[in-house]
Amino acid sequence: MTQLILEQALNGLQFGLMLFLLAAGLTLVFGIMDCINLAHGSLYMVGAYFVAAATQAADSFWIGLAVGVAGAALVGLLLEVSLFRRLYRRDHLSQVLATFALILIANEAVRAIWGPAAIMLNPPEALAGPVEFSLLGDAFFYPAYRLVIIAVGLTVAALLYLLVAKSRVGMWVRAGAANREMTEALGVNVRALFTAVFVFGAALCALAGGLLGPLLAVQVGMGESVLILAFVVIIIGGIGSIRGALVGSLVVGTVDTLGRALLPTLLRATLPADAAATLGPALASILIYLLMAGILFFKPQGLFPARA
Amino acid sequence: MADALLEVRGLSRRFAAVDALKEVNFSVAAGEVHALIGPNGAGKTTFIHHVSGALRPDSGSVHFAGHDVTGLSMHERVRAGMARSYQITNVFSGLCARDNVALAVQGRADAGSSFRFWRPVAAETTLLAEADSWLAQVGLADKADTVAGSLSHGEQRALELAMALATKPQLLLLDEPMAGTGPEESARMVELIENLARHVTILLVEHDMDAVFRLADRISVLVNGRMICTGTPDEVRSDPGVRRAYLGDHL
Amino acid sequence: MAFYRPPAWQKPVALAALAAACALPFVLEAIDQAFYIGFATRLLIFALAATSLNLVLGFGGMVSLGHAAFFGIGAYVAAICQQAGINEALLVFPAAMAVAGLFALAVGAVSLRTRGVYFIMITLAFAQMVYYLFISARAWGGDDGLPLAGRMTLAGFSLAGDNSLFFASLAALTATMLLFGRLAQARFGRTLQAIRENETRMEALGYPVFRYRLAAFALGGAVAGLAGALLANLTGLASPNLLQWMQSGTLLVMVIIGGVGSLWGGVVGAALLLGLEEVLAGLTEHWHIVLGLLLLGVVLFAPRGIATLFGRRDG
Repeated sequence: MTQLILEQALNGLQFGLMLFLLAAGLTLVFGIMDCINLAHGSLYMVGAYFVAAATQAADSFWIGLAVGVAGAALVGLLLEVSLFRRLYRRDHLSQVLATFALILIANEAVRAIWGPAAIMLNPPEALAGPVEFSLLGDAFFYPAYRLVIIAVGLTVAALLYLLVAKSRVGMWVRAGAANREMTEALGVNVRALFTAVFVFGAALCALAGGLLGPLLAVQVGMGESVLILAFVVIIIGGIGSIRGALVGSLVVGTVDTLGRALLPTLLRATLPADAAATLGPALASILIYLLMAGILFFKPQGLFPARA
Repeated sequence: MADALLEVRGLSRRFAAVDALKEVNFSVAAGEVHALIGPNGAGKTTFIHHVSGALRPDSGSVHFAGHDVTGLSMHERVRAGMARSYQITNVFSGLCARDNVALAVQGRADAGSSFRFWRPVAAETTLLAEADSWLAQVGLADKADTVAGSLSHGEQRALELAMALATKPQLLLLDEPMAGTGPEESARMVELIENLARHVTILLVEHDMDAVFRLADRISVLVNGRMICTGTPDEVRSDPGVRRAYLGDHL
Repeated sequence: MAFYRPPAWQKPVALAALAAACALPFVLEAIDQAFYIGFATRLLIFALAATSLNLVLGFGGMVSLGHAAFFGIGAYVAAICQQAGINEALLVFPAAMAVAGLFALAVGAVSLRTRGVYFIMITLAFAQMVYYLFISARAWGGDDGLPLAGRMTLAGFSLAGDNSLFFASLAALTATMLLFGRLAQARFGRTLQAIRENETRMEALGYPVFRYRLAAFALGGAVAGLAGALLANLTGLASPNLLQWMQSGTLLVMVIIGGVGSLWGGVVGAALLLGLEEVLAGLTEHWHIVLGLLLLGVVLFAPRGIATLFGRRDG
């Protein structure tokens, strides 16, 4: 049993860290540019596809990852310069409409190029097997690849923390999230900052997409379901806050994973089989939303709101 | 104070590391015109926000007509009889003057519920007639059909006043009603307030010292979030602390 | 901003449109295109759903990305009622409205404590929660949805015929537009519009703003529920796809391109979007791209929607 819990806990950590990659970019775009981007999930999808295609072409996962992320970042740059720049000053409704349109275009374009079926993305050979640990005397196995994902996620989180909390650029970013007009008034090249933030967010998305590709299916529409979770993370964590995004994604990642794994078992032990069978999966899937509603009740601005 | 309509006890509020208001004690007697003055940044508008319910204090309480209203929301305080006008004109600029005031009339508890779905407001002649009478009171009778955004600045200030009046308040909070008005419009506003003072208690925040000394029964002085003096105009004029705060300029 | 007032040409045009709509099924039958009656019914239903969102968005100023939840709930209530043996629309449709409305009341009570971007995302999240709830409920069809054995009866008359359902939907839409038009000019409508324009000012005039917003949100939800029940009858299925946030997005898009805050925004938008889909799907397999590009065009060049291009006086 401990084996199961530990495995699921690590899965939750891994999932949470990948969510963080998505949520970090999203919260910055919301927080600094006050721009709703429903197409953020599409960048994740495009990233996964680029990585898959590049991996197949280069016959190497790591090269594929690098090329794919770079390619997605480029797409992000093109989008920012041509479209998003015009959306920053527009009302939220226009942003919703525009980014919704982007989702339609992205999904269909991907379907047109790669077809509706899921495409293959394999983890690197060296990481395909499990790693053995010794846990309380017993042998515990965990997939090497997932460990690498956790490692990458933690590294990015640490780098992001250093960047945002300790660097000058990070200071601008935090200032921009707290008060855009003031930051502009202080002479910061806000236009370039916005572009950089957007492209960076796109790169993070693509990284998450590429890393998760071998675990989840790389197919059309993969971005939408994960986008909602990223939204929930931001709501819980507070818009504009990287710290909030990290805490939020770890919470969401672990609660969701552990909930789905353990809740049905828990309910089966306490409720009649019939009720548990229907209630278990239903409750597990909406657990995150109930959590979100609960947190919102006490803190409508999230746990660490960047804006006063 | 025996018949204080408004009483503020020990009100304190910090914004980040700054004490915006510190242990403010203050009262307005029923029927008087009480002016609140102080240098820029003293916290006067913040204070009004706390009285009206737009902001909540860190500590202290606000009492109105004998009840503790500290926990009440802004609209609840309005229902209890408190109305305010805004320093920066806050009318519905796309609506005509009559419609602006009509909204104020409609919102009153004695005007009936606004959960009405069938009858067009344009057909509610009593409501609209009352709106017209409020406009007449502030001298805007002939501007009833003019879009508020096209009114002159002084006329918009008057409209603000009409809207506050239409809620039939016991206490009127006027936040710099003369802000940005020229001498002619200022004079008209002063006359207006003088007339109003006969049946409404007024808490007036103003920089225009001529108006203040002409209108006020009592004056309180707020400096750096602290109330440093309260008294009749003469008492305040001769108070050394007040002179120091203003560097003798205005007095 | 100005209070909504119907333009002088509205009444005659609306009556003409209604007359045309009444004649439509018979015309279509005459030219041997009876197939399109189903399409026209679908259009009416989505016009109803989009109009219900227009009340929330256009008049209430609330950008809700979770409206599909109420739409889908209405469909499921209809299917579940039929499953339980209740087949009379005069009972089922009000039930669908009540359940959807109550759910909207609950969601609104929590969501309306927030503003702006938060509100948008929270409504989205709640709708998604409903989606997951229904797909994991095996008793209600799970992933595949809950089918209806057949169409219901309305006051005894069967809705099985294409024409019957068409006219039932037309009646629902007409009644809604009538109520909506009156509401917009009545106290409630003015209050909503004023709150949308300047919430703080309304609070300062003594209005309990939260209550009015919540009422509009719940009412919008209830009408969406009615549309859902009608759709379930049309398609014969209460599908979980109706609850997906992409569906909410579609409704939102309809209202936006139709003209936010214009009384007919929902109707125009639904007609435009569904009409466009029909035309484009015939032209190319990848019509989603064309649609997406068109929508981008609207955002960038006709930001207030198509209906307002026809000279609606607006501030």
